Amino acid sequence: MLIEIGIELLQLLVVMLGSPLLVGVIQKAKARLQGRRGATIFQPYADLRKLLAKEMVVSENTSWIFRFTPYLLATTMLLSALIVPVLTTRAALGFMGNIIALMYLFLLGIFFLALAGLDAGSAFGGMGSSREVALAALAEPTVLIAIFGIALRAGTTSLDGIITRFSAEPLLMLNAGHLLAFFAFFIVALAENGRLPVDNPATHLELTMIHEAMILEYSGRLLALVEWAAAMKLFLFLTLLSNLFFPWGVALANTPLTLVTAFAALAVKLFLFATAIAIVETSVAKLRLFRVPELLAGSFTVALLAVVTAFFIR
Amino acid sequence: MIDSTLMAELLIASVACFGAGAVAALAAARCPSVARILGHTSSLVGAVAAFSLGVSGLAGGSIALDVPDLLPIGGAAFGVDRLSAFFVVVIAVGAIPASLYAIGYTREYAGKSSLPGMAVAFNVFVAAMILLPLARNVLTFLVLWELMSLASYFLLITEHEREETLDAGWVYFVMTHAGFAALFMGFLLLAQATGTMNFIQWGAAAANLDPTLRNLIFVLLAVGFGSKAGVVPLHVWLPRAHAAAPSHVSALMSGVMLKLGVYGLVRLAFDWLGVASVWWGGLVLVIGAVSAALGVLYALVEHDLKRLLAYSSVENIGIILIGLGAAMLFQIHRRESLAALALIAALYHTLNHATFKSLLFMGAGAVLQATHTRNMEEMGGLIKRMPQTAVFFLVGSVSIAALPPFNGFISEWLTFQSLLLSFQISAHTVNLIFALGVAALALTSGLAAACFVKAFGITFLALPRGAAAALAREVQWTMRAPMALLTLACFALGVAPFVILGLLDATTFDLMRVHAELKFGWSAVVANGGFGWVAPLWIALGLVAFLLAIPLALRLLGANKQRRYYETWGCGRALQTARFEYTATAFANPFKRVFAPLYRPVKHLDIEFHPESRYFVRSIGYRHEGRLIFEDALYRPLLRAIQALAHRARVLQSGNVHGYLVYILIALVALLILTV
Repeated sequence: MLIEIGIELLQLLVVMLGSPLLVGVIQKAKARLQGRRGATIFQPYADLRKLLAKEMVVSENTSWIFRFTPYLLATTMLLSALIVPVLTTRAALGFMGNIIALMYLFLLGIFFLALAGLDAGSAFGGMGSSREVALAALAEPTVLIAIFGIALRAGTTSLDGIITRFSAEPLLMLNAGHLLAFFAFFIVALAENGRLPVDNPATHLELTMIHEAMILEYSGRLLALVEWAAAMKLFLFLTLLSNLFFPWGVALANTPLTLVTAFAALAVKLFLFATAIAIVETSVAKLRLFRVPELLAGSFTVALLAVVTAFFIR
Repeated sequence: MIDSTLMAELLIASVACFGAGAVAALAAARCPSVARILGHTSSLVGAVAAFSLGVSGLAGGSIALDVPDLLPIGGAAFGVDRLSAFFVVVIAVGAIPASLYAIGYTREYAGKSSLPGMAVAFNVFVAAMILLPLARNVLTFLVLWELMSLASYFLLITEHEREETLDAGWVYFVMTHAGFAALFMGFLLLAQATGTMNFIQWGAAAANLDPTLRNLIFVLLAVGFGSKAGVVPLHVWLPRAHAAAPSHVSALMSGVMLKLGVYGLVRLAFDWLGVASVWWGGLVLVIGAVSAALGVLYALVEHDLKRLLAYSSVENIGIILIGLGAAMLFQIHRRESLAALALIAALYHTLNHATFKSLLFMGAGAVLQATHTRNMEEMGGLIKRMPQTAVFFLVGSVSIAALPPFNGFISEWLTFQSLLLSFQISAHTVNLIFALGVAALALTSGLAAACFVKAFGITFLALPRGAAAALAREVQWTMRAPMALLTLACFALGVAPFVILGLLDATTFDLMRVHAELKFGWSAVVANGGFGWVAPLWIALGLVAFLLAIPLALRLLGANKQRRYYETWGCGRALQTARFEYTATAFANPFKRVFAPLYRPVKHLDIEFHPESRYFVRSIGYRHEGRLIFEDALYRPLLRAIQALAHRARVLQSGNVHGYLVYILIALVALLILTV
């Protein structure tokens, strides 16, 4: 039991400390693809440190919601890090929830961040909130249908269970439905994390920003928490994509060797996903806001196809 | 075993309290404020007695109480089983805080409306609702049903000096009686076919019914109960009525009265008729999915806070029906343990909706009393003026958006589990219906989160958009206490589902004779072996632990905690006022664009130019309204047809008394010939 708790803490540390690095790697890869040298991959750590050292400037119009939200946001992500099988399927606190509970934890974060966006009373914040919740709502059916598609094959909605099952019978993954579910989930991951082609994390252009508009009023340690939470969310989503759809390397039993392997495998998989995201963001232009629902409707159709094929092929 | 005499005493005591409340209110008619306090206090006591009755019924107690001389044809018959007891608990959970809230809230009406009359109608309304699930024969049920409708109608038209209220009352009156007619026909057909008016004997007799007749009865009763529950397309009365009624009545109508429609549907499907065809379950699930999605979509674009909440009730009834429909489909495919799971999810959501919807309507009532408007565009910044109400409303919003660690999350999670488990049925059409149910429920939950970000954010956050909102004051304690109570209930039902799941399992066991595929303890809820699990208590603990740990860690890291207050960044504008804030309309605009085929919005842009030059604008008026599909496409043509028919029928109306006597004679003779 003590070992399991230790491993759980290890997973938590990987997410806490690894997430800024992931963002740094994506930024570096993007810079190289665009012919720039780019900042070092450790730049996000320096940014966070700088923000933590600065004072907060808080709008006079805000209430406690504005100040509370960054803490809650980081909390939901840390809690999610306990649920997601980052390294191992046998962590101490994995029983806290299945994949559906996890999605609702993410939604809790979005709910409060959208409230915080409205709290300062600026037009930008409201605009960001309204767009963010709209996209989150439209992405939700895809998420659940993709989960349905996975659960159909794995026979469970438990994250550990899915990975265990797919590791034991890799042939289950060798069909069109699994691939479709993966694509649907990938598009949702881009949308939920405010990446191109849905939202551009690098822009502060009034008319196009979504996530950045919502957090425009944040500064100092509050902004540091929000940025860190966003990095953790990206890390967790990519970990889910890596471990649910490509479960190789995830530790099924806790020995030092399997854990080291799992860590190495995760690093490789995340690096590949980071590169993929950098390529997507370099080659694709941002969609007009009102074309995004079409993208999400497309991913929903793909997810539904994944479910339908499962019914007809079995 | 629970003592049945004690339960009978509780039942009688509860009814006596409501009776005493009504009588006391009438007796004190000279002194309205005494009538107000006496009437609502005794309904509070009556509701508490009913709650105890319900709890002892859930714990396994049962009674059968016949009062033969009270009504013709079989007398009044009452009985308690677990399902009835559960709905009594649901009603009491709404009625207890509503009674307390009414004491403070009705003070507003002093001098405007008849306070004794309101107290009498309130007592009758609550008493009828509490007795309704206990009714054991047709006539008892129908009399109570009508009593409930009439009492709520009179409460609804409290503010009858407003045109809008009378209009809402009229729509409610017509819809509720159309539903009553459908129920009446269904009941009579069923009674005739089974040869008894007694509910208890229907279950055994229904199996031998002619399939066509059984289908017809199902449709009639489902329409009757559905119109009370407010499912699409029978929902049109709901947004009107719940907005126009006084808020404590809205809380009861929306939080509790709709649930009696659900009660009827559960009885119908799992007791009276059984599930005879696949399409029954499919129909209920699809109607539930449509109600859920459309309900929340209409709620999203609503700026009237109470209408928004009313549409959200349509949504939640939809979620309940998704669970119920799933249970029916599992039942007919002989997966009784999964049917029990789905039904538990539906019943749990029924109880949860009673708590958070009552809470939200009370919050809206508090806002209404403080600002004298229901229009969200004139609100804002109330979190600073009414901090406690804001917290209560926030908890209600988080609960209804189905977010952990509050109660809506658990019931939606259970519903999802039961829907996902549908792969155990091997019938492609049914599988597809379930998949669409999953999608609809997911879309609904996402949109509900968006809707309540808007409801809370626009109402309570940022700067006040109107003068009344800027001067709002916190409401008195008799209104805050019931909200605090419901807030606690939302939390308790969210982190400790094991308290209620055991009772619900016993309830569904009584109906299906099978235990649900569900294991639960204080630490976790597990569906179908290891198919899915959640540990709400641990999630809550984790949230608290990290919320405490993060500030501590920041302190250890030596983070700067200096805070400077400054104005909101406004692109360098000198002045930042409430006019720069995002409005409710603007917030909902992305949804209006994405779902334009549903809303079919109409834009009105009126620009008044300066007479000298068109380059100068004097004023701009902009309205962006949606149109209501069901009103336009279904009800208006229907109304026109009825009007045309009535026009034709006017020939019969000679105004001559002798003529009417002849009609009566002809009708009597015709009936005699038909029956003999």
